[in-house]
Amino acid sequence: MRNSDPGRLRPDRRRKRSGDRLGAVFIRLSAGAMAVNLLMVLGLLVLIGVKGLGVFWPRSLVEIRLKDGSRIWGAVVERETVRDIDPGRTEEEGGRNGRRGFRIRVRVANRDLEGEEFLWVPEEEIAGIRVREDLVRVERAEWGDFLGRFLRLEAGGKKVTDSWGGFRKALDARDSVGPRTDEGRKEAWKAVFEVAGGETVEIPWEGILDAIRPNRMGFLEKCGFYGNRFFDFLVSEPRSSNTEGGIFPAIFGTVLMVFLMTIFVTPFGVLAAIYLREYAKDGPFVRILRIAINNLAGVPSIVFGIFGLGFFVYTLGGRIDSLFFPDRLPEPTFGTGGILWASLTLALLTVPVVIVATEEGLAAVPKSVRHGSLALGATKLETIWNVVLPGAAPGILTGVILAISRAAGEVAPLMIVGMVKMAPDLPLDGEFPFLHPERKFMHLGFHIFDLGFQSPDVEATKPLVYATTLVLVVLVLVMNLGAIALRNRLRKRNATSSV
Amino acid sequence: MQQAPFEEPLAARLPGSPALAKGGGGKLPDSGGEEVPDKVELRGLSLWYGTKRALHDISMRIPRNRITALIGPSGCGKSTLLRCINRMNDLVEDVRIEGEVLLEGEDIHDPDLDVNALRARVGMVFQKSNPFPKSVYENVAYGPRIHGARKRAVLDEIVERSLKGAALWEEVKDRLHESALRLSGGQQQRLCIARALAVEPEVILFDEPCSALDPVATGKIEDLMRELRSEYTMVIVTHNMQQASRVSDFTAFLYMGTLVEHSPTRELFTRPREARTEDYISGRFG
Repeated sequence: MRNSDPGRLRPDRRRKRSGDRLGAVFIRLSAGAMAVNLLMVLGLLVLIGVKGLGVFWPRSLVEIRLKDGSRIWGAVVERETVRDIDPGRTEEEGGRNGRRGFRIRVRVANRDLEGEEFLWVPEEEIAGIRVREDLVRVERAEWGDFLGRFLRLEAGGKKVTDSWGGFRKALDARDSVGPRTDEGRKEAWKAVFEVAGGETVEIPWEGILDAIRPNRMGFLEKCGFYGNRFFDFLVSEPRSSNTEGGIFPAIFGTVLMVFLMTIFVTPFGVLAAIYLREYAKDGPFVRILRIAINNLAGVPSIVFGIFGLGFFVYTLGGRIDSLFFPDRLPEPTFGTGGILWASLTLALLTVPVVIVATEEGLAAVPKSVRHGSLALGATKLETIWNVVLPGAAPGILTGVILAISRAAGEVAPLMIVGMVKMAPDLPLDGEFPFLHPERKFMHLGFHIFDLGFQSPDVEATKPLVYATTLVLVVLVLVMNLGAIALRNRLRKRNATSSV
Repeated sequence: MQQAPFEEPLAARLPGSPALAKGGGGKLPDSGGEEVPDKVELRGLSLWYGTKRALHDISMRIPRNRITALIGPSGCGKSTLLRCINRMNDLVEDVRIEGEVLLEGEDIHDPDLDVNALRARVGMVFQKSNPFPKSVYENVAYGPRIHGARKRAVLDEIVERSLKGAALWEEVKDRLHESALRLSGGQQQRLCIARALAVEPEVILFDEPCSALDPVATGKIEDLMRELRSEYTMVIVTHNMQQASRVSDFTAFLYMGTLVEHSPTRELFTRPREARTEDYISGRFG
């Protein structure tokens, strides 16, 4: 098309409208906000990733000689700047306040001997640091790790071996036969170690889970150890009131709870959305209902928890107990928190998300397709089931993904409807009827809270907090990615006509 | 341009109104002169959307195994009239219908009549092709499945027959299990016809089936309609008067919700009885 007035197509560049400049500022502002968001999320993920992944790496052990002649064995964990080196003393008392200095944190382990897992050492007091190859890290069944120098292995007071190689061989032999096959032995075996202070310490053979000399390990050996340890962390049970061992029951509990929740929330939410979108006549009632559903999504989760306790646990559970398990009363069976009630509570919490997303999915199915089905003589139900629901499946899955994300990270309401610090049995096992919906369960979110804030030595469990957090984040990510992949497959199959 | 709204049927007010447009007389003269029995009969059909009256007391008869075209300017009610025949207007909220629609002499508004069974007898092809987001096969098998066909062999046979009936078999026989949405626009529309054929209807309603298609695809659909003529009664709504004259045996001209003229197509286009028909077909308005 020709334009007789080319000037109208090319506005004068010199006379820029002030709105354009404002627009540019606005773009920068919004991009900046986006960047800050991204940075924060990335920062969080990197922190969790680095700290969480670093937990199981065997750090090298060093000997620190102090100026006063004593020595410390341990692994240097971090180094930080301090203003006051001796915070307790004033200048007159010889305190070195107001001066900048560094201090390092050393993990000395030996919780039973030192009372503390970590030591802060001011750098000014250090005479020298060297890596000692003969230092041993022993993983014990109790009291956490032990650091020391291997002296000998004894059986009933008699020396078995005093070489590290012999000790390792004995350990490997024991492990290959199977764990803890020591009952038949007549004399008690024990390993004798020297600690930094020079004393000798005896550790019973049964108490030793593993022993390594990290400074002697090559890189590949360290990698293997790391992989092993991480795997153990994922698949084994926690020990010493959760401060040691693995997190398998928590992973299992989280996944099973989310799975049960999905089973409850999906049909429930989808049916409600179908009623709202397909059957209910649009009017003030439906509009109020929609507002109520949207608001339900904003109710604090603890409120749902309390509702779950009052309704599911006490009312429903109590009724079930008095009807079906009267012989066990007053010991409650269903009348106490359990994985069933927890997943129902979370289903209630997430149902608004599913309803809203499903409604959007239903609305996205074009009228022409519904008419096509109806014109073939299909009933409304057949049309919804065969044409509308498959078309809305991506929307439904979006809702389920959001529900899963929300549910997997939710902790507060679960604390009162069945989540516990330590569950003796998994809610799913080989014992009939296999799934035990009344059992209490462990949960990664609560495990993090427990490790980080409820354990006797918070410093010692900090690495585990990072590792557990990493596992939870990865778990949520994996569940989400799975659902997203499924949704994209459905989308591709149901892509709307381009013609 | 009207001084008075159509309180009474236009046909009744006009002298010399043809018998075709309103009641009276058992059989319709075919374009060739032979007698053709009715398939569908409308008796005094009026329709309101809310308070807006869309159809004014329409009476017409649609002959069996013939193609009847409904023409008229936009908004004249021809699609509404078409949708009365398979009760698709039921889906519109706040719609009120008066008068009778008889299919083979049966009132389709009879409360005992199952609307879904009616729609299985009266198929429909829409303006915009609307295949389901499923495979070609599943699209065609959808109707038979709904109506109870389960056996794979039976379905296979129906699908093949329907696709052949819609002249689509040769083009899609190797891609039956691909998504129907990958077909071209014309193929999609023929797939919709095959889908309608699969439930073995008696009447097929076409609501501007070619308005989104290019001339080649349009030609294929028109050829197909002529082939289907021996087995089905068809009603086509079209904007395109050439199409009406090419494809149909009878043509009804609707104007502002009123049936102005209903005659054999050749007659209507060569010797229209009504001045308004002549104005419309000669392009003076509309």
